[in-house]
Amino acid sequence: MIQEAAMIRAKINGTPIEVPEGTSILDAARKAGVRIPTLCKHPDLLPTAACGLCIVKVAGQERMPRACATMLQPDMEIITHDGELTRIRRTILELILSTHPNACLTCGRNGNCELQTLLGEFGVRDDRLEKYLRDVPPDHSNGSIIIDFAKCITCGRCVRTCQEIQNVWALSMLNRSINTRMAPAGDILLADSPCIKCGQCAAHCPTGAIVEHDETATVWEALRDPEKYCSVQIAPSVRVALGEEFGYPPGTNLTRQIYATLRRLGFHAVFDTNFSADLTIMEEACEFVQRFVHGKGPLPLITSCCPAWTDYMEKNHQDFIENFSTAKSPQQMLGVVAKTYYSEKMGLDPAKHFQVSIMPCTAKKYELERTDEMFASGHQDVDVTLTTRELARMIKQSGLVFREMPEEDADSPLGEYSGSGTLFGATGGVMEAALRTAHYLVTGRNLAPDAVNILPVRGLEGVREAEIDIEGTAVRVAVSHGMANVGKVLDKVRAARERGEDPPYHFIEVMACPGGCIGGGGQPYGISDEVRRRRMAGLYADDQGCARRFSHENPAIQRIYKEFLGEPLGEKAERLLHTRYHPRKSYLR
Amino acid sequence: MGPKPLALQDLEAYWTKEAGPQKWIRVCMDTGGIAAGARQVHQALIDARDDWMLDIHIRQTGSLGLSYADPVVVVGDASGVTGILGNMDPESARELMRLLGNGGRALLEDRMIVPHVRGRSFSGPPQTMILVKDTNAPHPEDRTRFFQELIREELQVHGLADQVGVYRAMDMGLYQKGICMQLLPSRVTYSNVSGPDVRRIIHESLGEGQVLEEMLESGEDPQERIVLRHCGHIDPDELDDYLCAGGYRGLKRALLDMTPEEVIGELKTSGLRGRGGAGFPTWLKWRNTREPLAERKIVICNADEGDPGAFMDRSVLEGDPHAVLEGLMIAAYAIGADKGFFYIRAEYPLAIQRVQRALDQSRAAGLLGPNILGSDFSFDAQVRLGAGAFVCGEETALIASIEGRRGSPEPRPPYPSVKGLFGKPTAINNVETLAAVSVILDRGGEWYAGFGTEKSRGTKVFAVTGKVRNPQLVEVAMGTPIRNVIEMCGGAGEGRRIKAVQTGGPSGGVIPRGKMDTPVTYEGLRELGSIMGSGGMLVMDERDSMVDVAKFYLGFCVDESCGKCAPCRIGGFQMLKLLEKIHAGNGKREDLDTIRDICHCMRSASLCGLGQMAPNPVLSTLRYFEDEYLDLVDAGGQAKRGAR
Amino acid sequence: MRTQTEIGSLLDWVEEMRVRVREIVREWDDQEGNLIMMLHAVQNEFGYISRGVAGVLAKETGINMARIYEVITFYHYFRLTPPGSHSVQVCMGTACYLKGAQKLYDELAQQLQLMEAAGGRQGDVQLETVRCIGCCGMAPAVVVDSETHGRLCPGDILQFLKRKQEARHGS
Ligand SMILES: Cc1cc2nc3c(=O)[nH]c(=O)nc-3n(C[C@H](O)[C@H](O)[C@H](O)COP(=O)(O)O)c2cc1C
Ligand code: SF4
Ligand code: SF4
Ligand code: SF4
Ligand code: SF4
Ligand code: SF4
Ligand code: SF4
Ligand code: SF4
Ligand code: FES
Ligand code: FES
Ligand code: FES
Repeated sequence: MIQEAAMIRAKINGTPIEVPEGTSILDAARKAGVRIPTLCKHPDLLPTAACGLCIVKVAGQERMPRACATMLQPDMEIITHDGELTRIRRTILELILSTHPNACLTCGRNGNCELQTLLGEFGVRDDRLEKYLRDVPPDHSNGSIIIDFAKCITCGRCVRTCQEIQNVWALSMLNRSINTRMAPAGDILLADSPCIKCGQCAAHCPTGAIVEHDETATVWEALRDPEKYCSVQIAPSVRVALGEEFGYPPGTNLTRQIYATLRRLGFHAVFDTNFSADLTIMEEACEFVQRFVHGKGPLPLITSCCPAWTDYMEKNHQDFIENFSTAKSPQQMLGVVAKTYYSEKMGLDPAKHFQVSIMPCTAKKYELERTDEMFASGHQDVDVTLTTRELARMIKQSGLVFREMPEEDADSPLGEYSGSGTLFGATGGVMEAALRTAHYLVTGRNLAPDAVNILPVRGLEGVREAEIDIEGTAVRVAVSHGMANVGKVLDKVRAARERGEDPPYHFIEVMACPGGCIGGGGQPYGISDEVRRRRMAGLYADDQGCARRFSHENPAIQRIYKEFLGEPLGEKAERLLHTRYHPRKSYLR
Repeated sequence: MGPKPLALQDLEAYWTKEAGPQKWIRVCMDTGGIAAGARQVHQALIDARDDWMLDIHIRQTGSLGLSYADPVVVVGDASGVTGILGNMDPESARELMRLLGNGGRALLEDRMIVPHVRGRSFSGPPQTMILVKDTNAPHPEDRTRFFQELIREELQVHGLADQVGVYRAMDMGLYQKGICMQLLPSRVTYSNVSGPDVRRIIHESLGEGQVLEEMLESGEDPQERIVLRHCGHIDPDELDDYLCAGGYRGLKRALLDMTPEEVIGELKTSGLRGRGGAGFPTWLKWRNTREPLAERKIVICNADEGDPGAFMDRSVLEGDPHAVLEGLMIAAYAIGADKGFFYIRAEYPLAIQRVQRALDQSRAAGLLGPNILGSDFSFDAQVRLGAGAFVCGEETALIASIEGRRGSPEPRPPYPSVKGLFGKPTAINNVETLAAVSVILDRGGEWYAGFGTEKSRGTKVFAVTGKVRNPQLVEVAMGTPIRNVIEMCGGAGEGRRIKAVQTGGPSGGVIPRGKMDTPVTYEGLRELGSIMGSGGMLVMDERDSMVDVAKFYLGFCVDESCGKCAPCRIGGFQMLKLLEKIHAGNGKREDLDTIRDICHCMRSASLCGLGQMAPNPVLSTLRYFEDEYLDLVDAGGQAKRGAR
Repeated sequence: MRTQTEIGSLLDWVEEMRVRVREIVREWDDQEGNLIMMLHAVQNEFGYISRGVAGVLAKETGINMARIYEVITFYHYFRLTPPGSHSVQVCMGTACYLKGAQKLYDELAQQLQLMEAAGGRQGDVQLETVRCIGCCGMAPAVVVDSETHGRLCPGDILQFLKRKQEARHGS
């Protein structure tokens, strides 16, 4: 079905290579073992061709094409590096540096900044040009990310990410000439803009111009406070990404090492968001069954554990509020049971219980105070969210040699999880987990062992559709990730609504970030589809390796319902584990 | 124009129509003319005519290109143009009407211009003499008046004073030729006339009807007006006028007698290359756009003329919009497009208005719409406006602009001919290119190829400005030496020597005095480190600082940079800072190295033509006038040392 | 405090603005890539493009505010703030520059400033530069309230403005 692309032959620096037609010179060179410097190109984005660093020479051509934006043609002879190219590239870097502060020491990207690295590699040793710095104060208005305009090199990656991948349009490129600058939609504060805090802009920025709002200091302070009982939870996708900060390949599952490290950082209890993911599934799958089988509530049911997505929906797709699962996200569920169930069990004063979550996500910082329901325990359910990157920073500050940490278990019972729980970190994972449990709830039987992996909902395709048979009834589902894709799915539903037809889907999973949380805005830098695949593979392997693959089979889950929550969707579960959605304005200005 | 669509016979009737015997006056009402007061002149003419109930047809027309003489009026009758008058005002308009109303000629002191219309023999006794200023004399006015008196006295002696008037001309296209005299109606013209010559002329030429060969000025019009063929002659607001001048004959031929491939072949024969700057062969662009399979294709007329100092496209649009539209339709037919756009800069309201009117008229006449002239070809076009961004003249930026985005260029390939406006194959052509297309289809590619040089065929319009005596538009065959072009405009103004000529605007370079014999061709200019560009020619004299000029052009590119790519956005800016520093006497020799580094970087690594060519003015002034830079750098250094 | 009627007329104005923007949008709705043409129409109507108007335009067309701002800040032709009641645009094209446009501009700027300081009415004269208005033959060219003039000195221009202002205030 998929047609093999024709292969073309060409030469790069004299070395013959063969690549499929439609390969850029940049990628072809990489295959030939040559790295051409880039700044504006990101593997997720079509080339903007802004920086000019990747120019190469082509035999017989006067112009020097940009390797990122030019496809290799048959028989091209390319020179990627020579004295002249190096000199031009160094001049470009000097030019960029002339509009950039020498502020590495206090910068959020110190040590892993693409610009800094290139300046180092090219041996730029003085400021030959006069500095011309942008005099715009940083934007701290948004609790999730911080924009430092002075450090922006106008590469456009964040803008295109926000507009094209996320379809949020919170960022824009304004003015022109030397005054060209990135700014939230029409020069307003980010907090007043349609930003959904997904952090994808930060993940795609080559410099420290957009970074997560760092809250490590708050956590250190809590850890130092003898009055406080500090507990921590780690999200599914963190376990397969954190290692990258310590030299592990993407996808390495370091769950138990992370538990050990967190204890050594001083946390009194270490929980796992995978536990509450199982809890979310119990509630959400019940909701689905209620609507699907008993007709109580509109279909399709739409997942809601991604706060960037709920924010987006509340701003742009208000006609779907009714379709939203009211189940809270795993982060919030863990927070509330930690401060109620666990605190009661352990005899802790919930007021002194300080709950930290380690998330792949900048939007999770926003979710903490999203609505009153986030205080269901009577206190703020989760006190601070740290991103994976912030945790890595804490570990480095602590002096702990992560690679030498032992493997330990999480604290019971909020640390026990099934394979379904761990799936949450990848796009399609919530759907897969929910279907596993929904099948059980409807039929009273588990999926056959060879059908547990619901393969059609896996992968990196922007929208994936599937039909799952539950006792002769076809459940039509759709999975979408990367916010720009959700419109296509919802428009289909709207069209059916208008025609008065059955909805085209019964169940829709939406994740704001491409790849889901494994590609979250707070994950280690250097995202690409390759990295996403490997992180996803890490999660699927974790699921496969779990003794229990179904949320409803997690004994800790069964226990918490029995001891504390009662029934899924019961009165107490509703009060603690569910939330509401409200229309919001996209622009506050 | 009635709403009834025109049939082929109707068109043919227009094409063979004889001009009526009526006397007429046309007022050049382009932006330049109007700014100089053409409207008032127009009104004064109408008022005078109506007051005196004269039967003289008054109408508006586009520009003859004689910017220096605005407001300009053209006088004529069935035989053609009988006089051109410049620097008009309402009083002289009334006076003109009085003369014409009395059956006289358009003779107004210091206002007559009829360049290059000269006779070789007498056909009836001379009645009038026109004197041309000796522009090189220390006091040209006085000297001309002195001669006027001298001639009058001499006429008196011969008893001719009552029959022969003596008038001073404004400009007759004769420069560096001393005092010149033209005898009317024969237009026999004598140059370098001395006091004793006056006696001979009156005696032998006036008296005996002899032509004095040794003084005879027989030079023909060095201009070849192909693109400007109708400018200043027809009313741009009237389709009838264009049709009477043979308009839409080229379209008819293309649609009814030729296949699209043949049209492309005709263009290939003509050798026409794009006049928007790059000089890409027009036929090849069309073929490349014709080739891709696509449901719909688009043609665009690039009328964004943003190059400071250039106004040829505006003049053509304001003077002959139908010619451009006809060219666009032919392009559409050749590539298989059914939709066209005029992308016009918003700063050209009159051009916008006239193109819009041309579109409306053509649509009403059935020349736009379905099945044009009964063929299978359907086409319509609309006007889209720029909004003050020079870079939108670049093709991919222009497309972005029409699509409602920032006018930032995109990497190519894909070329617009494959993936253009709204993703469809698109051919973008310049105004002048399209105006040439319509006449090429009418008169044949071979005819057009007869002008110009081997590699640069046809003619090019130049807007000659700066320190030149008569800033104006000239259209010359390619290959004409730059010197001749400047001389057609009267040579240096302000009585100083020309130092250099800048061609190609902000993307071009300077051509020093020593290279002025270079013929204007795409290749010739490029060799000198400049480009043809859109056709601006800026003449600079000895007082102009080359560093200042480089700074000016660079400043323009810095302002107009779209800001997308680092080499152009920052490179231009930093280079400008360095030039400013040098200009202010604070530069160092190392700064020149840094400037060269940045130039190299911008040329190689900028994304689009703007950034790639922005260093040209700097590089070319550095090439030919490095000592001006060094003087500034060293003088600055010395001044500082002295101060210490 | 705004009085009831003031608020009422403000609301009327907003409503009127909405209606007008809607009309413009309707006029261009069926044309692909219409944003710049609509912005021209909006600016012609209101003199500039305020945030409010941009917001209505965004709502009516479904074009994101971010895009609208990207565009209006890119193109020099569009204004984000109300224009002065008179405008003087000095051409800074090549020909005009060479014939002293910079000097003309500097002198004008200085004199306007002096007048403003002296409390003259010239305070709301908007002085700008433009790049070649296509009248290079008359360099240096100046556009005063959309009338083009050539070869004027600052004094002429100020005189001209003064006459215009007097005419306006007189009537
Ligand atoms: C920065 C820049 C500005 C340009 N401006 C114009 C312009 O104003 N008018 C024009 O016709 N071409 C302009 N061009 C050239 C066009 O991109 C294009 O080559 C031309 O319109 C093609 O038409 P032609 O083949 O008839 O010349 C410009 C190019 C660049 C790089
Ligand atoms: S963004 Fe990079 S180069 Fe700039 S200050 Fe931060 S670390 Fe240094
Ligand atoms: S890298 Fe250089 S500037 Fe930075 S901390 Fe080390 S010594 Fe200081
Ligand atoms: S956080 Fe997400 S929505 Fe907000 S600006 Fe960044 S990319 Fe856009
Ligand atoms: S904020 Fe970062 S990604 Fe965005 S334009 Fe600036 S440097 Fe590029
Ligand atoms: S799936 Fe994503 S949003 Fe949900 S808990 Fe996991 S990391 Fe958080
Ligand atoms: S997909 Fe995951 S990481 Fe991304 S915003 Fe949603 S919850 Fe956060
Ligand atoms: S060269 Fe200049 S104008 Fe062209 S794309 Fe780059 S920044 Fe924009
Ligand atoms: S990486 Fe190719 S232009 Fe920036
Ligand atoms: S006659 Fe003035 S430029 Fe046209
Ligand atoms: S340069 Fe001023 S009008 Fe052209």
